[in-house]
Amino acid sequence: MHPSAVNRLSGLLVLPLVGILAVFLIVPVCLIVVVSFWDYNEWDFFPAFIFDNYAYILTSPVTWATYWRTVQYTVITWVFCTSIGFTVAYFLAFHVRSQTWQIALFLVCTIPFWTSNIIRMISWIPFLGRNGIANSVLRDAGLIEEPLEWLLFSDFAVVLAFVHLYTLFMVVPVFNTLMRIDRSVIEAARDAGASGWQTLVHVVLPLSKPGLMIGSIFIVTLVMGDFITVRFMSGGQSASVGRVIANEIALLQYPAAAANAVILLATVLLIVSVMLRYVDIRKEL
Amino acid sequence: MTDKTSPDLPVTDSAATGVTAKSAGLSRRSLLKGTAAIAGAAVGSGAITGFPTIWAQNIKNVTLRQFGTGVSNLNEVAAKVKEDLGFTLEMTALDSDSVTQRAATQPKSFDIADIEYWICKKVWGAGNLQAMDTSKIKNYDKIVGTFRSGKLTPDSVIAQGTAPHTVGFVDGPDGKTFADSETGWMTLIPTIYNADTLGIRPDLIGRPIESWTELLNPEFKGKASILDISSIGIMDAAMVCEAMGEVQYGDKGNMTKEEIDKTMAIFTEAKKAGQFRAFWKSFDESVNLMTSGEVVIQSMWSPAITAVRSKGIPCVYQPLKEGYRSWGGGLGLSANLSGLELDAAYEYINWYLDGWVGGFLMRQGYYSAVPETSKNYMSEDEWGFWFEGKAAQGDITNPFGQVMEKAGSIRDGGSFYDRMGAVACWNAVMDENKYMVRKWNEFIAA
Repeated sequence: MHPSAVNRLSGLLVLPLVGILAVFLIVPVCLIVVVSFWDYNEWDFFPAFIFDNYAYILTSPVTWATYWRTVQYTVITWVFCTSIGFTVAYFLAFHVRSQTWQIALFLVCTIPFWTSNIIRMISWIPFLGRNGIANSVLRDAGLIEEPLEWLLFSDFAVVLAFVHLYTLFMVVPVFNTLMRIDRSVIEAARDAGASGWQTLVHVVLPLSKPGLMIGSIFIVTLVMGDFITVRFMSGGQSASVGRVIANEIALLQYPAAAANAVILLATVLLIVSVMLRYVDIRKEL
Repeated sequence: MTDKTSPDLPVTDSAATGVTAKSAGLSRRSLLKGTAAIAGAAVGSGAITGFPTIWAQNIKNVTLRQFGTGVSNLNEVAAKVKEDLGFTLEMTALDSDSVTQRAATQPKSFDIADIEYWICKKVWGAGNLQAMDTSKIKNYDKIVGTFRSGKLTPDSVIAQGTAPHTVGFVDGPDGKTFADSETGWMTLIPTIYNADTLGIRPDLIGRPIESWTELLNPEFKGKASILDISSIGIMDAAMVCEAMGEVQYGDKGNMTKEEIDKTMAIFTEAKKAGQFRAFWKSFDESVNLMTSGEVVIQSMWSPAITAVRSKGIPCVYQPLKEGYRSWGGGLGLSANLSGLELDAAYEYINWYLDGWVGGFLMRQGYYSAVPETSKNYMSEDEWGFWFEGKAAQGDITNPFGQVMEKAGSIRDGGSFYDRMGAVACWNAVMDENKYMVRKWNEFIAA
């Protein structure tokens, strides 16, 4: 077949994907952007071209406080997910020798995912409560006299739930990249006299960057957009950007919610594009 | 997503069934035009008294889709409608935010809206509901005064906020603005209402609680809660601030920006000082907070108190000297209803006020719009306990047969007139609603 005919044919093959993305991604996002300039009252929203929605969001100290809080959650969660996720993946890839065991242990990691997100999150509540299991165990062990109030309905609880929910999103891509590292590279490092730590820092870590980056993108986007975990685990006392949007939708303030969503989308895209500058995921995959 | 008002109520998605119901409705309508005319003539000649009426055969095919909050959207009611009236009532239970949303934005998804009066004020302007002709409401004259003149008894003082009668009438069938007196065209037919106050754990507090100020008492630091539904939460907050003497309100139900600022400043300060353990948004959250002992004093709804008590945990719906924050709900008719379906809707409303539903709901601690008809469906002891505030003679059970109160106990707050006569404020939607919502969100984020 003539090369240009092949090109045209492969162009046709991409069409279904383009169609799906256009209908389910591009069009909705465009609609959200359009609505974010509309005006609203208690029961309705209507076409207009106003900047009030953005003006309020960008000038309100609450927005900045909320974003600051959301970014804090994201960073802390990322730190824990990455360190735990990398350690688990490293153990699976390098310390577990037989492939059967690797697969078995990997499946063990996914067991919590057999129940829903919400269930896994809510099950922390009776555990951490004032009269919960954690507090009674600590009290019975004589370690504390008064129950620890900060265990539940606090930022601690929010981050704990996030780490619990999202660490696997780091384990999977990191494990994947670690498995693809050519073992002869590590042998070469050892032959060249590198210590275990040096091998880890100078060989394994740089080679696992694509996996780390993919995991990080998952965690950043999931935490930045979350509203339900923050609500339940903080007892409704902390705000996140997602919660603000959810509240606005509940109160029929669609244009305000749309404006907030546009800003959140822009923020997340910015963060992800910065992250992608450090690693060319396509090249390394 | 997880905001269902009551966890044990099955939710049917009438939006999904809406399409089929609609197309069936169209063909039905054209088919029944003739019979409806005959029926109309029959009604006009006064040949019909009570139900079932002459067109009972046709009405069996009618399906009315009702949505509302969990409190009154009960499957028992739908089953009884089928039995007594013959037609099908589909129920959808949602939380109050979703109810508002649907009433305002999805007019084709329902035939009957079971909404609160403050929601009515918010969504009436959207034009999705039609006013009801009170001459077709058999028990109209027996509806409690609160919903007609605004006065429970002739010498009652009308409370602040969106008092039901202020949004209960419009000038005509297509009226868009609310009338200030009884016009014969009603927006909502009142169904249930109640007086809300703070719930407490007497066993963990150990002393009498008499005022709304106790919610912010540092004694309960880290053990208090307020509900995070802005339009209702702001009222509870205002009751507290007024009781503390910190803010004087012109009308708690319609605050000025300055009053909103002052109220939220006091609550933000308390929040930062760690007064609140959590905020709750759905009924079951408030039950869990109270049951687990995380919270000892909080905003609460009557059935939540019952739910805590039924677990054997003491919980009191504490009457407070400043009075109650009250709410009322009613049935509104979709603007899309006409012909046979509209007749069926009137039939349903007349049946609703006839007493069976009232008795059913009053045995759960609510009040019915026409208490005297409900009396016929309650035992003397039940009526004495729930309505008259008398000590129970025997065990008081709820409609599902669960024992709620033992013999000798008295309802928190006493009789109907003691409770509904001490209403300080009605749930409301304010002129400065947009501003209030922003300030409330700031409070939550603070």
